[in-house]
Amino acid sequence: MARILVVDDERDIQTLFEQHFRKEIKKGELDFVFAFSGEEALEYMKDQEQEAVLILSDINMPGMSGLELLKHIREKHEKPPPTVMIITAYGDNYNYRLAMQLGADDFLTKPLDFNSLKEKLKAIIQ
Amino acid sequence: MSLSFAPFLVSQVVAGRFRKFARVNNLTELEKWYKYAQVFSVSLLVFEAIFSNTNMTKWIWSLFLLALLYFSLRQKELLQLRMFFIAFVPYVVVSLLSDFTQTITPGFFKSSELYFNNAIGLSLIWMFAILYSQNRQYKAAEKERIKRLQEDELNRAIAIRKVELEGLVAERTAELTQQKEELEQAFAELRNTQSQLIQSEKMASLGELTAGIAHEIQNPLNFVNNFSEVSSELLDEMQVELDKGNIKGAKLIIGDVKLNLEKINHHGKRADSIVKGMLLHSRASSGQKEPTDVNALADEYLRLAYHGLRAKDKTFNAKFETDFDETIGKINLVPQDFGRVILNLLNNAFYAVTEKKNQIGDGYFPTVSISTKKIGTDVEIKVFDNGNGIPQKIIDKIFQPFFTTKPAGKGTGLGLSMCYEIITQIHGGELKVETKEGEGSVFIIHLPFKNKN
Repeated sequence: MARILVVDDERDIQTLFEQHFRKEIKKGELDFVFAFSGEEALEYMKDQEQEAVLILSDINMPGMSGLELLKHIREKHEKPPPTVMIITAYGDNYNYRLAMQLGADDFLTKPLDFNSLKEKLKAIIQ
Repeated sequence: MSLSFAPFLVSQVVAGRFRKFARVNNLTELEKWYKYAQVFSVSLLVFEAIFSNTNMTKWIWSLFLLALLYFSLRQKELLQLRMFFIAFVPYVVVSLLSDFTQTITPGFFKSSELYFNNAIGLSLIWMFAILYSQNRQYKAAEKERIKRLQEDELNRAIAIRKVELEGLVAERTAELTQQKEELEQAFAELRNTQSQLIQSEKMASLGELTAGIAHEIQNPLNFVNNFSEVSSELLDEMQVELDKGNIKGAKLIIGDVKLNLEKINHHGKRADSIVKGMLLHSRASSGQKEPTDVNALADEYLRLAYHGLRAKDKTFNAKFETDFDETIGKINLVPQDFGRVILNLLNNAFYAVTEKKNQIGDGYFPTVSISTKKIGTDVEIKVFDNGNGIPQKIIDKIFQPFFTTKPAGKGTGLGLSMCYEIITQIHGGELKVETKEGEGSVFIIHLPFKNKN
């Protein structure tokens, strides 16, 4: 079972993910954990380093941004390197280039297309 | 034999005096006559000297003098010289009497010649005495006259000067009036410019907000879209469950759908309130106070300010914290104006922490917070930042219009002065600042809870 860490300051994201992926969750294919800030995400990863296979993070959050979180992850969590997908409402070139430079595996824009996200997640996990 | 010096002298003096009088009084015709009289008098004396005939000439002298007297008495203009007539009439009378006596009764004359001569001498002395005193009086009068003339001239000069001055005053008054009108016009233009500046300041802050607004609307809209999508999927699934006869499973899904609809509603309202806030901000202030939820207003503007800056500066990031006193309830205030104050203070706070972040970089955690608290009869609203603080030397100036520390073109310098006016003038509150250089600033608003009007 692959654990996915979703980082977003919008708490309703949790409900949304749980409903969209309820079949996968029910079947035990995917397991979601949620953090509502970059700091919270780092805290989680400190405790359970090996489990976060994939991280989905929003960029625009109060405090630590998603890009800063990505930088921290790439600097400190080398083994095994988790897949990091950056999600943002600002789908501009600047953020895209910066995310790629920092080592993001994918760059998604809001509103999320859950069907394509589902396929991407499945592809990465298998 | 002797020449007739006495009548000559008298005639010269009399004619001279009258001639002078005529000249002074512009009686040219009269003056001419007296000139002739003088010429005649001189000619007669010369004639006498040549022909040595005083017997005949003395009659001519007497008649001449008599004629002179008679002629002068006939002139009305000369009547004011009465004293002068009194002066020389005795001589004319005495000399005529002497001449008659000499001709008619030469014997008697011989015996009383001494008396006649004395009488003539006396009349001459009389004449000269009077003439002397007359002359003195005349000189005094003349002096007086000249003085009066000078005074008149002075008065006239003063009058002319007065007219000149009046003209000058009128001119200056006109100039001043014109200047006053120009100043009034300039003042009106300034007023106009001021209101334009305020409007553009408002629009500038709205422009800064646009990206934040877009983000803030986009987020709830995403949720609306995502939740409606997933609800549709859930309903499909429910259909499947119902077909299978799994009522329990279907009921579970109904719960989820209901929850989702609530979320859609919540996020719809969120977008709605942001659009309303934006309209409120751009609209001219109604100036009307209305019961307002300060916490909601502060929260909304905090998000708008944050996301606005975030959108403008991609590298910008700051922690923002809120600490709202939920017991406040609603306060009577002008929401547009008060919102602008909050927005301005927040923008400044975010600006301050960004500056510091750019200077220090890693290791500095920009933080902006806003808090509300009910204190007695007041509501206290604090906007805190841990930026560079405000230097002590400019602290007195920050509420002055057009004072700005931002680079040219970045700030109008109207933000804080407007905030100050809105809080103190419109809401009867207080706006203070506490700051420590290098550590941050906190702007404190005190609003009386029972806001009149």
